[in-house]
This record gives sequence, structure tokens and C-alpha cells, in this order.
Amino acid sequence: MSSHDHDHSHDHNHSELSPIELRVRALETLLTEKGYVDPPALDELIETYETKIGPKNGARVVARAWSDPAYRDRLMSDATAAIAEFGFTGRQGEHMVAVENTPDTHNMVVCTLCSCYPWTVLGLPPVWYKSAPYRSRAVRDPSGVLTEFGVRLPEKTGIRVWDSTAEVRYLVIPMRPEGTEGWSEDQLAELVTRDSMIGTGLALSPQALEAAR
Amino acid sequence: MNGAQDLGGQMGFGAIELEENEPNFHGKWEERAFAITLAMGATGSWTLDTSRFARESLPPAIYLGTSYYEIWTRGLEKLCLQAGLFSEDELASGHKIQPPSPVKRVLQAKDVAATLAKGGPVDRPETAPAAFKVGDRIRTKVMHPEGHTRLPRYARGCEGVIEAVHGVHVFPDTNARGDGEQPTWLYGVAFKGTNVWGPDSDPKVSLSLDLWEPYLDRL
Repeated sequence: MSSHDHDHSHDHNHSELSPIELRVRALETLLTEKGYVDPPALDELIETYETKIGPKNGARVVARAWSDPAYRDRLMSDATAAIAEFGFTGRQGEHMVAVENTPDTHNMVVCTLCSCYPWTVLGLPPVWYKSAPYRSRAVRDPSGVLTEFGVRLPEKTGIRVWDSTAEVRYLVIPMRPEGTEGWSEDQLAELVTRDSMIGTGLALSPQALEAAR
Repeated sequence: MNGAQDLGGQMGFGAIELEENEPNFHGKWEERAFAITLAMGATGSWTLDTSRFARESLPPAIYLGTSYYEIWTRGLEKLCLQAGLFSEDELASGHKIQPPSPVKRVLQAKDVAATLAKGGPVDRPETAPAAFKVGDRIRTKVMHPEGHTRLPRYARGCEGVIEAVHGVHVFPDTNARGDGEQPTWLYGVAFKGTNVWGPDSDPKVSLSLDLWEPYLDRL
């Protein structure tokens, strides 16, 4: 799929808008004139996913699961309820399941049929997650996909791919990196990347976090 | 339907394009397309399953040739036309010509947080016992419905094992076509990769899909 990555956030003359920009503008205008949508609600929806709901939510869940064995057990037995302890509930996270990486099994999540993704803990999916290359290959050649993401698993590690075909949404709990004994939940959360919770990445090592700073 | 959306196992799409520090939206129009899609969903004029079918039934060249928010935009136009919320003439002109049709609700800014936090759970009360339990061996049906289904082509006719019983959930195949929710048991089903992709595929791969009872036969 092609991506439209021009930033048209500044004002343009009508004539400079691309066909899809014109199309969306016309549709929004029509829906607004009809009274089906309330413009302030549209702004609020955008603002919510820009500032309030994103992978930092999921990172807090993972960090607590790493730190608190009782929480980890609640998360593995009823993820929806355990995640709701943080107040992360609702749209595209109504039925959550947590899947935990181990030395024997690496978990990776895809939606081959559309773009199902756990919004409550990860926010909106990146373009690659919704794209044909990822959706087509994740189920047949997950190992090759992981290589493209720069992930190399030990030879003995199996790969379990979760195709989100229903309304159940999956959160991968990556393995806790070595050298993090005694770290606080806040410190641990910084190691938890979005991709590590999709399963196309691993949690950062303390060294990698240091280098990223 | 065997549409362009059913991508699992297809080949030839090339490398995955990764973008460092990717923003949620690439330009204002994606923000607006996202917001009007969610806000119109909140009017209650169609179901989630109907909206998925509206997108996947776009012509394959369009589905594969456009970005995801353009797919959403085109899907939303279709849904509104089907629901009689505006006419082709109005869509072409981008302005209201006729008075609006009644909708169940219009999402207000003050209700956005609560509406999102509530979501739309699809679990329903049990009305019949589950046909399968954890550990049961099944084979997925071979079927090619022209309507909406959530059994991907690559997983049809495959042997698997029931790994989780998720409960009774809305059945997308009927709900998408307006035949009601017809809630039925949903299972987590595990497949060996070699049972799906053949004996020469990677033996380290296994797959899990969430599948409704009507997709499954006992082995």
C-alpha cells in the first residue's frame, strides 16, 4: 500500500489539496452539515489518541507484570480485568489476552484480515502493521519477518503467531531483560517498546536504553 | 469473502516498510478520516462487522493500492450510502441537499472519553453448551462464502486443537449481513505451522486463531 506521508497541516489553497484530501474534506463537510457528527467531538477523538492512549499504557502493564508476580498471575488469567486496574478499558480492548514470551516460545501478533490491534494498551497501529507485506507474511514466514525487524531468536525458540480473527486482542509480554534486578516499574517501563508488545521486537536491554538516550 | 483483505500467506508484497518515530497520522486528512469513521460508528447506523465488510468488498486494486485511512474513507462513504444517511448526489457535491435521516445518537465531545472507555463488548450470554472443550481436535471447514467471514483462506481445511474457550461472542458472518448477532461459542484454536503450510514449512512455527463454532468440525 502506498503511504501518504506529506504533511499538510498548514493551510493550503483548495486547489493544492490531493484527491484524497478533497475527498475526506467533502465527506466531513457533508456529515457535519447533516448533523451526524459534532466537530468538537472529532477534535476530541484525535486528541485522545494523540495524547492519552498509546504504547506507554501497555509498557506500564508489562512493567508491573515483571515486578509483581501476583499481578502477572492476574494478567495471565484475566487480562481484561488486570489491564482495567490501570483504567485502560474499552474500544479495541474489550476482550484482552496476554501472551508471555519464554525461552521456548516467542509470540507475535498480526491481523491478516484487517487491522485488529489492542488500542487500549498500544494506541493506534503503525502503517506497517496494517500493510500487505506484514499481514501476508507474518503467518507464513514469521522468522523472516522477525529478521527484517532485526530480531534473532535462539535456535530452540519456537514462534507462535496470533492472528486476531475475532474481537479478542493480544498483548505480548516480552521477557524481562537481564541486568534489571531492583529496577522500579517506571524504569522498567522505559525498556518496553511498542514492537516488543506486538512481538516484532524484544524489550530493550539496559545498554540499548542507555545508547538510545 | 475471498477478497483482497484476506492476505495471510499471499506472496510478492515485498519488504515491510518501517518508519522511525512514526506519527499516528500522516497529515491532517488522516486525522479527519479517522475521527469521522469513529464518530459515525457511534451513530449506531451499522455494526462493526458490517463496516469491515464494506472495506473488504472494495475492489481489490483499490484495497491494495490505497493507504489504510483511504480504505476507511471509501468504506465510510459506502456505509453511509447503504444506510441512507446521504445520497450519491450529496456525496458528489460534498454538501447537504436533503434533510438528514434520523440516527440513534450523535457523539458529543463531552462523551468521547466515556464512550471510548466503554467500547463495544461482543460477549453474550450462553444459550447452549459449548460443543468443544480444551484439548479437542478439530478440522476447520472448507468454505468460500461470498459474504463476510473471519475464517481466513489459509486456515480452511486445517487440523488444529482447541486451546481456549473464550465464551459466546457475536457471530460476524451473520451480523455483517444484517441477519443479527446469532451469538455462538468462540474458541482459541492452535495449529502446527506444518498443518497449515505443509511439511516443508518452518517446523518452529505454530499459529493461534480465534474461531467460532460453525467454522469447526470435530476430528
